Parts: sequence; C-alpha cells; structure tokens
Amino acid sequence: MKGGGLRAYALIYLLFLYAPILLLPIFAFNSGTVIAFPLKGFTTDWFVQMAGNAAMRRALTNSLIIATSSAILATCLGIFAARATTRFSFPGKGPITGLIMLPLVMPEIIISMSLLVVLLGLGVKLNLLTVIMGHTLLCMPYAVVILTTAFNSLDRSLEEAAYDLGESKWNAFRLVILPLVMPGIISSLLMSFTISLDEFIIAFFLAGNEPTLPTFIYSQLRFPKQIPPIMALGTVLVLMSVLLLTVAEYFRRRGVAKTGGTDSGGFL
Amino acid sequence: MAAGNRSEAAQGLTLVAPPFAYALLVLGAPLLTLLAYSFFKDGYLTIIYEFTLENYLAVWSDPIFHKIMLRSLGVAALVTVVTVALAFPVAYFLSFVVSSERKPLWLFLITIPFWTSYLIRVFLWKVILGYNGVVNSGLKSLGIIEQPLTFILYNVNSMVMTLAHAYAPFAILPIFIALEKIDRSLLEAGRDLGENRMMTFWRVTLPLAMPGVIAASLIVFIPTIGDYVTPALIGGGKIPMIANMIQAQMLDIDNRPLGSAIAVTAMIIVAALSLLFLFVNRRFLKVRQ
Repeated sequence: MKGGGLRAYALIYLLFLYAPILLLPIFAFNSGTVIAFPLKGFTTDWFVQMAGNAAMRRALTNSLIIATSSAILATCLGIFAARATTRFSFPGKGPITGLIMLPLVMPEIIISMSLLVVLLGLGVKLNLLTVIMGHTLLCMPYAVVILTTAFNSLDRSLEEAAYDLGESKWNAFRLVILPLVMPGIISSLLMSFTISLDEFIIAFFLAGNEPTLPTFIYSQLRFPKQIPPIMALGTVLVLMSVLLLTVAEYFRRRGVAKTGGTDSGGFL
Repeated sequence: MAAGNRSEAAQGLTLVAPPFAYALLVLGAPLLTLLAYSFFKDGYLTIIYEFTLENYLAVWSDPIFHKIMLRSLGVAALVTVVTVALAFPVAYFLSFVVSSERKPLWLFLITIPFWTSYLIRVFLWKVILGYNGVVNSGLKSLGIIEQPLTFILYNVNSMVMTLAHAYAPFAILPIFIALEKIDRSLLEAGRDLGENRMMTFWRVTLPLAMPGVIAASLIVFIPTIGDYVTPALIGGGKIPMIANMIQAQMLDIDNRPLGSAIAVTAMIIVAALSLLFLFVNRRFLKVRQ
C-alpha cells in the first residue's frame, strides 16, 4: 500500500492525540479511588455522585448560560464581519479584520488580564456577564472564519436576481442569503458554544465567585478524593463536545454542498 | 434600491462597524490601558497616575523575570520544534497519501481532541505522567520498572509533552494547507529532471511547504509562551512561566503597574522574536507570491 510507513505513523499520532480522552471514561467507570492501573471493578457511582453535587449543578447552569449567550453574540457579530469582508471592499480592511481576528493568536492570559484591569478600574462587579463579554470576544474570530467560508461560497448573481425581481436589500438578505448561509450560522453557533463551554482562563479570572464547569473542575483537582467524580464529569463534557462538533461539521458540510462548492475540509 | 447608491466602502464600513467596535472596546481599549498602566506608579491599593519608567527598569533588572522569561521562551521553542517536527509527516500523509474524499474525515479526527476541554486534557497528562500515574503504575504492574520513572514527573519534560499535545492540530493544519497548494506537476518535473525521491522532497516540496511550517511555528510558539494552565497543573506551580508571573503580580501581589510592565515586555519580546523569525525565513515566503 502506498505510504505504508506514513500511514502507520499517522495512526500512532492519532492514538497520541486521543490517549488522554480515551483514558477518561476508563477511570470514570473504574471503582478504584486512585487513578492508577491495575483497574479495580466497574461502577457508575462517580456519575451518580457528580449528578448529586449542588456546586456542580450550579457550575453547569452558569456554563450553559454563558455558552449560549456567547455563541449567539459571537455569531451575530461574526455575520456582520463575514458579510462585510466577503461582499465589500473598504479602506482599512486589513487592520480592521486583523483586530477582529487578534484573539485567535493572543495568549488568553493577556486578554483576560487586560480586561480584568479595566473592569476592576471601572469598578464593575465580576459576574457571568463579564465572562460572556470575554467569551464573545474569544469566539468571534472562529465564528468569522466559519461564516466567511459560508459567505464566500455564495453566488452573487442569486442576490442580484432578487434585486431585479424587486426585493429590497433587507428582504434579499433575509430571503435569499440567510437561508443559504444558515448551515454556516448553525455550525458557528455550535463551535462557539463548544469553545465557551470548555474555556478556562477567562472564566477563571472574570467570573468573580461564580463557578463554571472548567473552573469548578479546577477547584476540585486539589482534592484527590474528588478526582474520580471529576473524571466522570470530564467524560460527560468531552462527549458533549464531540457530539456538538459532529453536528457542527455535518452542517458545515451541508452548507458547502448546498452552495455547490467543493469541500476543502477542516475548521481552520 | 435607495441604499444601493451609497458607495461600496461606506456599506462595508457600516457592516463591519459592530464587530470592530466590539473588538476595540473589549480588546483594543484594555490593551491600551495595560500599556498606560505600565507607565504609572503603584501606590498602596491605588494607582498613582504619574508617568514613570520605574516599572520597566524594575522588570528588566529583575533576575527572577529573566529566569522565568528565558524558561518560557525555552519551553515554547522546544514545544514548537517538537510539535512541528511531529506534525509534518502527518500533514504530508494527509496531503499526499490520503484520497481526497477521505481528507475531511481525517482532518475532523485530528481537530476533535483540540476542541475538547483543554483543562481536562492537561489534567489527564498529569494523571498519565504522575508519580502514581498511568505510565508508572502500568509499567510497575507489568514488572518492567521497580521505581517510578522520574524524568516525566512535574518537570519541563512533562510540560513540553503536554503542550506539544495541546497544540498539535494547530501545527498540522497550516502545513497541510501549504502542501495542498503545491502544484503536483512541479514534483513530476523534479523527478523527470533526474532527482530522486529524497532530493525532490528536499529541493521542491520542503521549500514550497515552508510558508506552512513558518505559520505553524508561530501559531504554536505565541500561545505556548502565554500558557497558564500547564505550568500551574503539570509543573505543580513550582516551575512558573511568564503567564503565572503576570497573574501573581496583578492579583496576588496586586501591583498592577508592574504586572502590566511584565505583560507589555513579554509581548514586545514575543513580537520581536516573531518578526525576526519571519525575517530570517523571508526567502521562503517570497516564493509564494
């Protein structure tokens, strides 16, 4: 077979990538209280224990509120940016897009620290809203990337046909463009939701006393007794992420197929 | 079409205004504030709004800052080299061996671990590499080792491994994209002109893939420098990197001007190194145009 050695290497590499995630469920169902081999027996106690934890439920509620709000805000802002950059040319396009995409490469510690300094300086109380603010900024570039692909594959003549048939600008956007980029929008919502759900640094510094799932996990890691239930929570979290991503990928591909483009693959 | 009369530039600017304003407000203004703070004096629990270079002088002459900055740069450089070297063959495999209908599936499989909780992945590396971790307990129960392996415990090695794992997809994707752009007939031409497979790769494929390698290096290097979680969890808090130092200065010690000066200095160093890296590799980037 062509590239046999490379294929073997790629498979080993995939195993390396998945090793931590594969270990997670193994220990989540292991009845031993210490995370080590050999395994003891099968149990679902850790999941039950996690589900009954009031602090975890509060963190979960907070995380869902933050992730939903950030996903919607980031996607809305992303639609503006993607539409503007794919359809129009305007002065300062480079620097403007540069600033919008900057959070992609900016270390999160800098983003959260600078935002924290300003918020504390202004006397703003840290709560869920401040986390949503940070997460929206962080998710926006990803939304822009996904939506730009969606808007890019639009055939401009469809829009012009709508104008010629007497539709207003807004109606043409609502009736022609929006349905065509809808898969991209859904994909962007799901991706942003996943990013926000898993984000730790910004939530850690900007949430005040409110826990989110990742900061809750972080606070529990110090206690060895808490680790097996955390493994169970981690398993659920990873499963949720994988599920959301698979659906996002499905919509992204459908979007590509809908507008008749060829699939170039990948999110980034 | 009343709105159609407006110039294209005006329409574009109006559309891009909301996301741009948001980025300015939530990212641009805070960054400028950080810069401003770095020139102010620290009073007890307040900031004295007076211009001073004291913070920078304090940072630059601080041996702890030198040590932590050098460690961060060293770890980030090592992670970059390891990540890019490990990722290149995978990107090559994806681009040259995998059939085009299977490519999206492979790319999807590679990106999935990246999108799952970073904190959990880092923590799991601690579980894998720790004193009673998976590797040590597994090897012990198989009777291969008597004592736990210490070279993978809470040190720079384990940090490099964890970070190389975390940023793997970041390295694969840019290299893959660069390889995909290579005109396959160039490779045939190389072979026709009598080069063997190895030399064709060395003299044609690799130089053309360099823009991807350069992008991958920067994409891995920049966020790695600022990593907070890995030193906190894997290093056991005993091997801080620059992000931990900034956080400690800003919150624990509550000296925001000094913390800002550290952050600004670190950003300048990283930006300068990135530009230098681009400059050194400029001949590869020119090939593209």
